[in-house]
Amino acid sequence: MPLLGRAALVVVLGLVAYAAVAGAYAAFTGKRRLIESARNALYAALAAAGVASLVLLVAMGTRDLGFVYVADHTSKELPLRYALSAFWSGQEGSLLLWLLILLGMSCAAIALNGRLTRRVLPWTVPILGGIATFFAVLLVFVANPFATQAAPADGAGLNPSLQNPYMLAHPPLLYLGYVGLTIPFAFAMAALASKRTDERWIIATRRWTLAAWTFLGIAILLGAKWAYEEVGWGGWYAWDPVENAALMPWIVATAYLHSVMVQEKKDMLRVWNVILVAGAFALSLFGTFLTRSGILSSIHSFTESSIGPWFLGFITLVLAASIALIIWRLPLLRSRTRLESLVSREAAFLYNNLFLVAFALTVLWGVLYPILSDAVRGVTVTVGAPYYDFFAIAFGLPIVLLMGLGPLVAWRRASLRALGRAVAWPAAVALLAGVLLLLAGAGSSPAGLVGYTFAAFVLAAIVLEFARGTRARKATGSETWLGAFSGLVGRNRRRYGGYVVHAAIVLLMLGAIGIGAFSTTTEGDLAPGERMEVGAYTLTYRGMTETRGPNAVERRARIAVERDGKDLGVIEPGKNSYLAEQQVSNEVAIRSDPLRAEDLFLIADQFSGDDVFLKAIVNPLVNLIWLAGLVFLAGAAVAMWPDAREARRLARRFAAEDPALARA
Amino acid sequence: MEALALALGAALAVACVVLVALPFLREPGGDDSLPEPTPAERERLRLEEERDRALAALKELEFDHRTGKVSDEDYRAAVGQLRAEAAAALKALDAVADERKTPARLP
Repeated sequence: MPLLGRAALVVVLGLVAYAAVAGAYAAFTGKRRLIESARNALYAALAAAGVASLVLLVAMGTRDLGFVYVADHTSKELPLRYALSAFWSGQEGSLLLWLLILLGMSCAAIALNGRLTRRVLPWTVPILGGIATFFAVLLVFVANPFATQAAPADGAGLNPSLQNPYMLAHPPLLYLGYVGLTIPFAFAMAALASKRTDERWIIATRRWTLAAWTFLGIAILLGAKWAYEEVGWGGWYAWDPVENAALMPWIVATAYLHSVMVQEKKDMLRVWNVILVAGAFALSLFGTFLTRSGILSSIHSFTESSIGPWFLGFITLVLAASIALIIWRLPLLRSRTRLESLVSREAAFLYNNLFLVAFALTVLWGVLYPILSDAVRGVTVTVGAPYYDFFAIAFGLPIVLLMGLGPLVAWRRASLRALGRAVAWPAAVALLAGVLLLLAGAGSSPAGLVGYTFAAFVLAAIVLEFARGTRARKATGSETWLGAFSGLVGRNRRRYGGYVVHAAIVLLMLGAIGIGAFSTTTEGDLAPGERMEVGAYTLTYRGMTETRGPNAVERRARIAVERDGKDLGVIEPGKNSYLAEQQVSNEVAIRSDPLRAEDLFLIADQFSGDDVFLKAIVNPLVNLIWLAGLVFLAGAAVAMWPDAREARRLARRFAAEDPALARA
Repeated sequence: MEALALALGAALAVACVVLVALPFLREPGGDDSLPEPTPAERERLRLEEERDRALAALKELEFDHRTGKVSDEDYRAAVGQLRAEAAAALKALDAVADERKTPARLP
């Protein structure tokens, strides 16, 4: 069926090109039926892309090695779940997934905002169609997933490091995040092109932006968990360029989610917000370019390819068109209000934006510099962790401090005396935490100590905000404490959901500082029966085992673990030798202590006869990083949860022109 | 197999073309223009945004005052200005609504 897949892709290309060209003409000339026809073309393109994807999935599921893509990324012995995940482990498949998600999200956003995209922001459809055209062109002419060959005896298999449950979820979520940022971009640019720069594009895309940002955040964390368990160096984030590629749009989207509130409340930062939306989208394209172009030598970039120049050209086009449109519509974007005081909530948001964007640009420079140096001077340079760590601390600590201060400051202006009163309790808690940590020996890392003190400040501020809000609600009515609390959150979902997300960031920071500043490592050669000490643990090597797994030979070192004389059982780090792929992977063993939130992390670095070279690491508080993911998800869900009262209010406001907006 | 793939591909293409042509098939004639907002409509929308913003700010100020985030002194300094902004937006909206009604009353 490769012919059907190929035909479906050609049909997709025709449809999205039509949506772009006919849609642009219709938006320019004001032809209603033509814009509806262009919209239908996107719906049809989604169906055709679904057919193409189904053909590829069936070929992978049945290991049809006549497909070059299937033979290159699966093997007969590869378990079915990993064979299907090969959809996004190769370049052609992942581009098809990009296109499928893009069309799915585009159609959903257009359908949910039908009247808005048809009558008020008609440029939305051609912009989305234009972006889809780029990916369809790549799939039809440059990276065809339906190329065929005489079927070989077996496939090349899947990169062993990708044969991990986290890799089943990380790439699709990453793409949902990257692609999700297309929706606010398309609506923002459509608002500029349609000269409708009121709040509607923001309201219509609010949840899309939050969803994309949530997907991206969870994808980054799942990627970190994968790296922690699969790559096996003992850390969770290595500032790898491809990791950074996902982090940059997430940081810029974070800045946007804060600054857009200033626009909603104060009608300020209108230019800044469209710049952030365009920047986040361009960075999501840049992230895909980095992963897929083969320009980087990274464990994440699995392929050398010819799509790099195409992506660079498209990113340049997107940036140039966005900048031109923003400049063209500057008169419509002028704010009518100004910052009233440097001590106010909006000022705190502004400072947070400056630090976030500065951090994103610093990371961007760290990613770009080696590429530019290689391209321009022919000199290979590496920007390592110390560079990123320095800026993560320099920008991260003020951002964390602002996370605590911001919610305590009133909008418009606050007197220093009122601010002093508001921060007194959190500051006292932070000071006490700092002193206790110093006494406990945390002073070995000054940056870590400051980080933990700031974290205590933010957590205290969050608890105080919930407590004061609940008490104020309780004081005004006959509600129970629980009723007052749920009423408080229910009526201000974005604000209190945001505070929960802040708590998640604090948890992540506690874990990151724990593993970064306070971990302990011991390594050495062990013969059977020999012991090793690491932190409070005693490890005894009980010998080696070798078994045949479904598609690999699995060699393991049996390590008995004791802590304070108590037997904690046996864990087995080792290595897998994959048969079809002819590759060896590191299989670390991790023993988590949920009460201490710490991990004992073992790497069987090398086997020599019956001996093993063992690396043992104690990572304190590392499990708070993964817990942060769950808290982050909960906070984002609260913030995204539909608010019927607000929907009714907006419906009334836009009733004359756009009643469908209430559903956004 | 190839013939079946070709037939399915052709059926897919035909179905897509029908879907794309549907707006023209359903409504062959009639009004085909996208409505352009008048300056008055744009102004009304702007004023409604301003009104909602001022009312939301008032509500927020009241809440911040009750939670102790805003002192009595700061509250008194801010509340008057916010009420004036909300009243001005409401008044301007009334004026726009009156202007819209006026031509309808003309003979």
